Amino acid sequence: MHTGPTAQPADTANAPATRTGLPAGTLRLRNPRYRVHPRAILWWTLRTGVFWLVVILAQVAIRVFADQPPSWLAVTLIISATAGVLQVVVEPQWRYRVHHWEATQDAVFTRSGWIRQEWRVAPVSRIQTVDTKRGPLEQLLGLATVTVTTASAAGPVEIAGLAHEDAARLVDELTATTQATAGDAT
Amino acid sequence: MTTPAETDLAAAAPVTVPESEWRRLEVRTIVVRPFNELLGFIPLLIGAVALGQHNDQKILFGLAGIVLLVGRGLIHWLTTRYRITDEQVEIHYGLISRQRLATRRERIRTVESTARLGHRLFGVTSVRIGTGQHDHKGHKPMKLDAVTSAEADRLRRVLLHRTDTTAATSTATSAPPADTGEVLARLDWRWLRYAPLTLSGLFAAAAIFGVVWRSVNELDINVNRIGLMRSGVRWFENASAGAVIAVITLVAVVLIVFGSTVMYVLKYSNYLLTRERDDTLHVRRGLLTTSAVTIEEARLRGVAIMEPLLLRAGRGARCSAVATGLQRKNESHLLMPPGPVAEAHRVARLVLRASDAGSPPVVRLARHARAALRRRLVRAVVPALLVVLVLWLLAQFAGWPAWLWQVGCAWPVLAVPLGLNRYRNLGHALTPRYLVTRSGSLERRTVALQRTGIIGWQIRRTFFQRRAGLITLTATTSAGRGAYRVLDITEGDGLRLAEDAVPGLLAPFLVED
Repeated sequence: MHTGPTAQPADTANAPATRTGLPAGTLRLRNPRYRVHPRAILWWTLRTGVFWLVVILAQVAIRVFADQPPSWLAVTLIISATAGVLQVVVEPQWRYRVHHWEATQDAVFTRSGWIRQEWRVAPVSRIQTVDTKRGPLEQLLGLATVTVTTASAAGPVEIAGLAHEDAARLVDELTATTQATAGDAT
Repeated sequence: MTTPAETDLAAAAPVTVPESEWRRLEVRTIVVRPFNELLGFIPLLIGAVALGQHNDQKILFGLAGIVLLVGRGLIHWLTTRYRITDEQVEIHYGLISRQRLATRRERIRTVESTARLGHRLFGVTSVRIGTGQHDHKGHKPMKLDAVTSAEADRLRRVLLHRTDTTAATSTATSAPPADTGEVLARLDWRWLRYAPLTLSGLFAAAAIFGVVWRSVNELDINVNRIGLMRSGVRWFENASAGAVIAVITLVAVVLIVFGSTVMYVLKYSNYLLTRERDDTLHVRRGLLTTSAVTIEEARLRGVAIMEPLLLRAGRGARCSAVATGLQRKNESHLLMPPGPVAEAHRVARLVLRASDAGSPPVVRLARHARAALRRRLVRAVVPALLVVLVLWLLAQFAGWPAWLWQVGCAWPVLAVPLGLNRYRNLGHALTPRYLVTRSGSLERRTVALQRTGIIGWQIRRTFFQRRAGLITLTATTSAGRGAYRVLDITEGDGLRLAEDAVPGLLAPFLVED
């Protein structure tokens, strides 16, 4: 199964090693084949922006309306404004470079995060449910998050920031493959 | 509903044939449930009668409470019905919001029966049916409270004795054997010396203190009326600081030792681990509240050896099961109570059906790289230093007392041996059937996880791990905690370990550097 999203394959140089034995040298994980949709950058920017806006506005509100605002409020305000601007500028770009996904006949493979990064592999034979979820911001931007759950309590494999139609197609394909696989996935 | 012919068949056949008519809980439930709930209030009642100032309003409230509890028990009995069909187990209950729970029988992994004191007085027990699903919030447990002990036994055997659809007719004649299991371990009273090392006494002492404190408050007991308390308070007022500290420490130690020993006896008396002939593991234990957990062996995904710091210092350990369908609380995954570490290893080997001494979880574990040592040290010491720094700043600029940061300085110092020990305890190994991983210092945990039970990988790398060339490899599984970590392993080793443990899963995504 090759899900063809509208985005281009990101790492054609790092084509999968199709050999049975493991190479003798030092191993590392390659990137999954596809990037998420570029609109995800905007989504992350908005998400982080809204968070910091709430934090900063709450402090400003206290400063304006309180009779005697605490003196350290100026310090925290400066710190949160700096941190907010930095994160809004850095995080979405960084995430876009990191976030990749791939679904083969046998497994779903994702990479996500920014400062802390995470690769997740779930074999198709162990998948229990596949569904999409769209928050308000995602709906606005035509994006969707695909959630692939297994029987583990360790949290699902999530692919965030896909174009809505790509997400729907991925869900259909994974559902079809999962249903064709026998067993109760535990 | 069933046809008459089917009912006749069910009545004539042995107990193992799934019936399809609805059953009710045992009638005694009506009394047992309120009784159990009232038991919790007994200390309060004693306190009220012996020491309290009587108050008509409070007695009235108490009586109303009892009536409500009995009414609830009655409704619970009236509205609960269950049945076991060929395919599934169904439980219906509830008056205002009717709940219908149904689980496919092949999803049933464990059956637990717990009998609290009230249950035992009336000869009944509560049964919890564990399925492959994890207890999500809002996911109601399949629980029958209460049925007769004989019915609980029957449920256990019917639900965990798999009858193949093809062999369904033949199993009718060969009922699963009764308790003729092989004994794997039983309680040795010498293990009682490990009780004070479990710290459960600390919780017991705290709980007793809490109950007494609340009773005193709730019941308006005037502490000064008790002579012993008065003279105690007077002594404290006059004694030197050193004597006070010594007395408090002594009292605390005595309380903890006493409390933990009592807890140990209550929880683990009659402990017996058996393997039944239908390939289930059976753990029985308890003095007042008894519990019997049955785990289908085919669904056991491994074992864990737990060695909290104190217990480890006394060469003791606990052993628990990595299995699906068990409750997180109530220690229902327990395979062996705190006892000698050698015995815990023996139990683990027996449970895993591994005969030789070199089998998991007692295999030689590979040490982790030196970079992991630096990381363990940094992670132990730096947060402690930050706290001290903040306390110092607060003392300098916000008028906090200076002794706070001075005392706090002990923390980073103590964190050094903790970090070293955490590193020393890191280890992993791969055996033909198990992935073994160990970590932790305050609670060292060695887990042997069945390789076929691994249903995915997570590879995590923080900014600092990346610089150190390390990753945290997490095997996900349906059983136990759901995820077992190999902490701070070098990237190459970790990926190779993952690929060796579950061949083919990670290979398509690996490249050579």
